Amino acid sequence: MNAPELHQMGVAELATAIADKKTSALEAAQHLLARAQQHASLGAYLAFNEAFTLSQARAADARLATGERTPLLGVPLAHKDIFVTQGFPTTAGSKMLAGYQSPFDATVVANLAAAGAVTLGKLNCDEFAMGSGNDNSAFGPAHNPWDVSRVPGGSSGGSAAAVAARLLPAATGTDTGGSIRQPAAFCGITGIKPTYGRCSRYGMVAFASSLDQAGPMARSAADCAVLLTAMAGPDIDRDSTSLDHPAEDYTAVLAQPREGATAAQPLKGLRIGLPTEFFGAGCAPDVLAAVRGALAEYERLGATLVDISLPRTELSIPVYYVIAPAEASSNLSRFDGVKFGHRAAQHGDLIDMYKKSRSEGFGPEVQRRIMIGTYVLSHGYYDAYYLQAQKIRRLIAQDFQQAFTQCDLIAGPVAPTVAWKIGEKSEDPMANYLADIYTLSTSLAGLPGMSVPAGFGAAGMPVGLQLVGNYFKEGELLHAAHAFQQATDWHLKTPQGY
Amino acid sequence: MSDKKQASLLVQGYEVVIGFETHAQLSTQSKIFSRAPTAFGAEPNTQACAVDLALPGTLPVMNRGAVEKAIRLGLALGSHIAEQSVFARKNYFYPDLPKGYQISQFEIPVVQGGEVSFFLGDEKKTVHLVRAHLEEDAGKSLHEDFIGQSGIDLNRAGTPLLEIVTEPDMRSSAEAVAYAKELHKIVTWIGICDGNMQEGSFRCDANVSVRKPGAALGTRREIKNLNSFKFMQQAIDYEVRWQIEQIEDGHAIQQATVLFDPDTGETRAMRTKEDAADYRYFPDPDLPPLVIGRDWVERVKGEMPELPRQMAERLVQTYGLPEYDATTLTQSPAMAAYFETAAQACGSPKLVSNWIMGEVSRRLNAEERDMASVPVSAAQLAALIGRIADGTVSNNAAKQVFEALWNGEASEVDAVIEAKGLKQMNDTGALEKIIDEVMAANAPMVEQFRAGKEKSFNALVGLVMKASKGKANPQQVNDVLRQKLQ
Amino acid sequence: MSLTLSDIGRIANLARLELSAAQSERMLTQLNGFFETVEQMNAVDTTGVEPLAHPTAVIDHVSLRLRPDVASEPNHREANQKSAPAVERGLFLVPKVIE
Repeated sequence: MNAPELHQMGVAELATAIADKKTSALEAAQHLLARAQQHASLGAYLAFNEAFTLSQARAADARLATGERTPLLGVPLAHKDIFVTQGFPTTAGSKMLAGYQSPFDATVVANLAAAGAVTLGKLNCDEFAMGSGNDNSAFGPAHNPWDVSRVPGGSSGGSAAAVAARLLPAATGTDTGGSIRQPAAFCGITGIKPTYGRCSRYGMVAFASSLDQAGPMARSAADCAVLLTAMAGPDIDRDSTSLDHPAEDYTAVLAQPREGATAAQPLKGLRIGLPTEFFGAGCAPDVLAAVRGALAEYERLGATLVDISLPRTELSIPVYYVIAPAEASSNLSRFDGVKFGHRAAQHGDLIDMYKKSRSEGFGPEVQRRIMIGTYVLSHGYYDAYYLQAQKIRRLIAQDFQQAFTQCDLIAGPVAPTVAWKIGEKSEDPMANYLADIYTLSTSLAGLPGMSVPAGFGAAGMPVGLQLVGNYFKEGELLHAAHAFQQATDWHLKTPQGY
Repeated sequence: MSDKKQASLLVQGYEVVIGFETHAQLSTQSKIFSRAPTAFGAEPNTQACAVDLALPGTLPVMNRGAVEKAIRLGLALGSHIAEQSVFARKNYFYPDLPKGYQISQFEIPVVQGGEVSFFLGDEKKTVHLVRAHLEEDAGKSLHEDFIGQSGIDLNRAGTPLLEIVTEPDMRSSAEAVAYAKELHKIVTWIGICDGNMQEGSFRCDANVSVRKPGAALGTRREIKNLNSFKFMQQAIDYEVRWQIEQIEDGHAIQQATVLFDPDTGETRAMRTKEDAADYRYFPDPDLPPLVIGRDWVERVKGEMPELPRQMAERLVQTYGLPEYDATTLTQSPAMAAYFETAAQACGSPKLVSNWIMGEVSRRLNAEERDMASVPVSAAQLAALIGRIADGTVSNNAAKQVFEALWNGEASEVDAVIEAKGLKQMNDTGALEKIIDEVMAANAPMVEQFRAGKEKSFNALVGLVMKASKGKANPQQVNDVLRQKLQ
Repeated sequence: MSLTLSDIGRIANLARLELSAAQSERMLTQLNGFFETVEQMNAVDTTGVEPLAHPTAVIDHVSLRLRPDVASEPNHREANQKSAPAVERGLFLVPKVIE
């Protein structure tokens, strides 16, 4: 097989090619490292360690030689730079952690390595995962391969851009308020944020502890299923919020036909709820058109559409932007220039050292959120802001439980618009916050959510369909997305020049 | 409390009000939220793992042992053990606080209420507890070795603590110290804390204020880190005098945190963190609520030892000991067990108590050892006391035997008595023979006695004892000699 | 409710951030803009509603997992201090701490 086609393969395809000796883990890794260099201008990657990557690849080939077969053996991946990873610097996209070497691997990183995956490098993201455009990275923006003058979305922008540009078959991402789903939508790829606690948070540089969740980003639901199967599972010894829920084989789930399904109607009996609040004037017409087109396809596949209501959708913005910064302000206190991270070269006493190191190390958006979080937790404001937000959070979560009495899945747009121009919103934080409106409520409730390529909108930019399931329904989500992708080819579209 | 007692407690007409916050370090193998060891005195930062250092990506996982020790304390003090308690973050920046926040319990602590009772002289006192909550200890800043800089050692960071908070129930430094001693006794007795005050395993903060009797509570100053009972008393006495002076001079007391300097014997205000007041507490999202099932509490209750107060009362009942003896013998489980074993073996509890409070304690103190390493076993002491009781040896001779056993010269009481020839002479014939010889050799003295000089009787007794090499039974010598002198 | 520059100063100090006058001005504008949106939370009646700290607590009772009291972390001081700004004789160095 001639090398240039390796990067066109998805996870399953590439794993088979490697297992069948049509290529090798080493050849695949070398090819994708070269391709990453060739497209360095995308700004998708932050770090490589070729020697480390190739030794992992050789080890995978050795395992294959012994006859071992696992779904990810020898498959090259890369990690969002939020996951601490031995052998590579972990920066979280921040000057604060420039060159930081973690003495241990994140559980998700270790799980994928154990499954035989090869790590190509670390992927660009918004600083400490705070952003919707990847333009808050201290190491420069990542670009959207569909239009390099536009953002790839954020905060997992590097992951989305790299997958869309076929720099690798799949990548890890993290989602706190939409950071997997929105960039997946902006770049026309598939991504899933599992139930909160489904993947271990150990080794993820914390942004908002009660919201952060890891998930895979790939070209198809089938490939996401392969990754999630390896990533998810209880981490009893390391993460007290990791749910003690048995791991599932999501690939097997995809193969199982629904009850009452027919060849023509694989989704017969599936009830998809459409929140009226997601289809209002706030959403751009081009996005709505693509989403409605995808929903029509779902009807053809046998699903029935029911109108539901998530009345507190708009409230999810203030609630999220109080809770997430509050937790972040505390989580980021450990970056004080004492044990690790940036310390100001010039400083006076201890407090001056703290202040200069943190002001130099953190970018504007991170400092803004630390200020917001510190304020809402401070004396006299806690009840009115943080506590009130946590109460409304429960109401929002209950709204979803109410909705799931009427439907199996909830569907709508991932974001109100397609990807915007780089720099367009960087001076207006509120505009960024408002753009998260359709993904925040799912995160607040801790529910699993997906983005599935659903066509194209203005300026030929991709549009994502969001699917939301009830707790632990990742399998059902992936199944519904897979059925859709069996019948459509949106997820196979590749940007010009990649 | 009677008005008389009340009045006697006043200092220059002021009532002293004291509340305590005690940090008891829980004697667990591993840290409260990590698997790093808790042993004291290791090389700097060799017992601070990634979690303790708050390295990016690390998360806390709660130690069951620490929770169980909190349950033990709650049971020992008659507190309510919360079915559900919550860990919160206390946010502030300090170099010995790696995360920039301390994980503690704020709104809902694990141990709620309870009380500590003890004797102050002959008066029984009861101090009520507000709460006891689980939290992690901080590291240490070392200022000595570096010019213009401090060195941070995080070995202690993450060591489990129980912060035990009382109501402001104490009215004198003496009462405060007595409370602290009783609490110290309890936490060591139930095995949740090693009680080592030098190593900081048991640290007390005293909240001290003064007021005119009947007036509202005065403004308090908190004396931090009192790590010896001696300093505790000195510090509180100094602080009370200082506050009264201030008020008498017309100055208002400002709430402050102060440190006691043993060298000067004075307290001085700490450099106040201007924003210390705003800790921005909120429930730690990394830790779901701590749930303690009734079954767990019941199981721990079943494993609890008899508490010192209860045991002292039982010793008075069972062995007819004075309250003082009972309290002294229940200083530690080891001492109490030693007493009971010996008392049951020899059947002379008061004698055993005397020996433990006398010879045994004297030797232990002299050699700075404790009951755990006492060289004379309870069985040996019992055997020895048996020999005193049955008249085989005199008290003085018994001390020689004890000496030999202590020094390990021998292990069998009768063997020592034999070897050292310490057996009392109870054979009248032999005694009469000696007395006759002594009387013959000291005719003048005998005459003097018969002439009414009582003193020479004692001299004769002395000579007889000497001649018997101390083996004669003094009482017997008296009786026989008097007969013969008639 | 609207923040003032002195609020910004107080919060920045609590958060150990150093903001220039210009940065403080911009921060003030942005935070006040933000809190306008936040105020809509006040309109929501949450009497009797328990705050939701752990999302899945909505469907079932979450409680803290406890681990056995076993010390099993070996000494990794060297690796753990690899990225430390200033270390001497195993200690992290900072400007003098005054108590």
